[in-house]
Amino acid sequence: MEVGLTHFLIVSAILFSLGLFAVITRRNAILVLMGVELILNSANINFIAFAKYGGMKLDGQAAAVFVIILAAAEAAVALAIVLNIYQRFKTVNVDEISAMKE
Amino acid sequence: MVQQILESAKFFQPETALTITFCVALLVSLFDKKGTMVGGLVFCGLAITALLLVKQACTAGNVTLFHNMYAVDGFSTFFKAIILGSSLLVTIFSFQSNELLTAKRHLGEYYALLVAMTLGMFLMSGSSNLIMMYLSLELTSISSYILSGFTKQAEDSSEASLKYVIYGAFSSGVMLYGISMIYGLTGSLDVYGINEALQAGTVNMIALFIAGILTLVGFGYKISAVPFHFWTPDVYEGAPITITAFLSVASKAAGFAMMIRFFTVAFLDSTAGSLTLGTWQALQGFDWNKLVAILSVLTMTLGNLVAIWQTNIKRLLAYSSIAHAGYMLMGVVVLSSDGIAAVMIYFVVYLFMNLGAFYIVMIVANKIGSESIEDYKGLGVRSPFVGIALTVFLLSLTGIPPTAGFVGKLYLFAALINAKWFWLAIVGVLNSVVSLYYYVKIFRNMFLREPAPNAGELSFSPVHIVIIMIMLLPTLIIGIYFSPLVEIAQASVTMFGVR
Repeated sequence: MEVGLTHFLIVSAILFSLGLFAVITRRNAILVLMGVELILNSANINFIAFAKYGGMKLDGQAAAVFVIILAAAEAAVALAIVLNIYQRFKTVNVDEISAMKE
Repeated sequence: MVQQILESAKFFQPETALTITFCVALLVSLFDKKGTMVGGLVFCGLAITALLLVKQACTAGNVTLFHNMYAVDGFSTFFKAIILGSSLLVTIFSFQSNELLTAKRHLGEYYALLVAMTLGMFLMSGSSNLIMMYLSLELTSISSYILSGFTKQAEDSSEASLKYVIYGAFSSGVMLYGISMIYGLTGSLDVYGINEALQAGTVNMIALFIAGILTLVGFGYKISAVPFHFWTPDVYEGAPITITAFLSVASKAAGFAMMIRFFTVAFLDSTAGSLTLGTWQALQGFDWNKLVAILSVLTMTLGNLVAIWQTNIKRLLAYSSIAHAGYMLMGVVVLSSDGIAAVMIYFVVYLFMNLGAFYIVMIVANKIGSESIEDYKGLGVRSPFVGIALTVFLLSLTGIPPTAGFVGKLYLFAALINAKWFWLAIVGVLNSVVSLYYYVKIFRNMFLREPAPNAGELSFSPVHIVIIMIMLLPTLIIGIYFSPLVEIAQASVTMFGVR
């Protein structure tokens, strides 16, 4: 069986759903951020698969490179924020971090 | 290739000035412990950017730069002016904030990040390529995650930054997935190419609809539209007041500019005949404007209804800013240059009245150390000028004549009625009535309630009064003499790619 565009799209859709699932169900801030990474990477797979199989120009590949760099920048900031939260609250459970009331 | 980049750079001067300011501010902040020098430097940098922007507005027509990556047109220049105006005012506010001094960190970084955020918002308002939109949205977001947690000793501020980063990263990730789907469907990342592919009519509309909704998540998060607003109240309450004010005006303006450009240009049906000049039609099969109408109703209704119960004034203004995003979405719905001009007029008005309200909240918090509405009891007696100024800003936010807020709402509703969106206009008017209730609660506390027994007179320095006047005068003048503003806005609606 030839591996084609559809296979890549299915993998990326599964990855996206897993990421969404992680963000919604996990209460640990680090795990939520890992879910976000999964979502970003599923989009990357889409970009590259479309660029390769769709007969399009290199736009998709370039987009994926930018997104990888950006994900690293975002992870750096997010982890610094989580570290600061841990020093203040001694927990990284998002449900327990609510000093502000509704 | 090189030739085109050099040509484009000529139209990229304001952004270049911001980039240089950012780099210099970052370097100087290494040596400047207190950050006052960096603050002054940043203010000068922003002022130079303002000059370049004015020069550009006078000379440049509608052009796209860097192979359709970025558009310079009346529309983006107008939004850039709003963004720059608010960043100048917020820089001035920051010089006087006591809250920021408690951060015990180098304030230089704060000012540098403020410039980075301004640059991100400039790029947002001009981007005409989806990846460029995503990158500039992230540039804005990452800077604002850090800034909203800047006073990291405070628990509120840390919590705000965590919530912001989680919601922000998630929403922009979903948006990116939507963008990748649009890329796959149309084979192009820039809005003009997408429009061509869509007009050719070979795109599966159901798939496009799903991709459009996923992309809308990112826009909705940036302008804090319901149901993507969950971060807004916590972030606005927890972040330093200066940053709250900045987020509520500038980042919302940038989000609107980006969203209007994307939906209008990409889904424009330029073959539709029998339309009067200044109106356009969305492509058949994806009525994005009906979707936005629903968002608009949800946003203003929820914002106004929840604001009624708030006891913290920052949180109240957060919900009020959600409601205002809802009002402005009404202007996007109508698909006409009138509607977009109304959004632009509203943003100018909103800049002055909302920043004014936040500034007064900040200086009052500096004096009495509280943001609770209860503690505003008798403020009108303790400091009549500040009390009256806050009342004017709140009346303007409600939309009562003769303040500027009335003019903003008037043009929004006029655009809606011209386009025969009567039900939406009625919902908007009813919402304005609801909003009166919670704004009145504040000035009832200020003027009709007795101050606490040990509370003496509050005096504010002349500098504070001058800065209040900078925002108070336009709020009153635009309310009476608004034709120049309206003319400028109507002349600036020209968007590259839309007739």
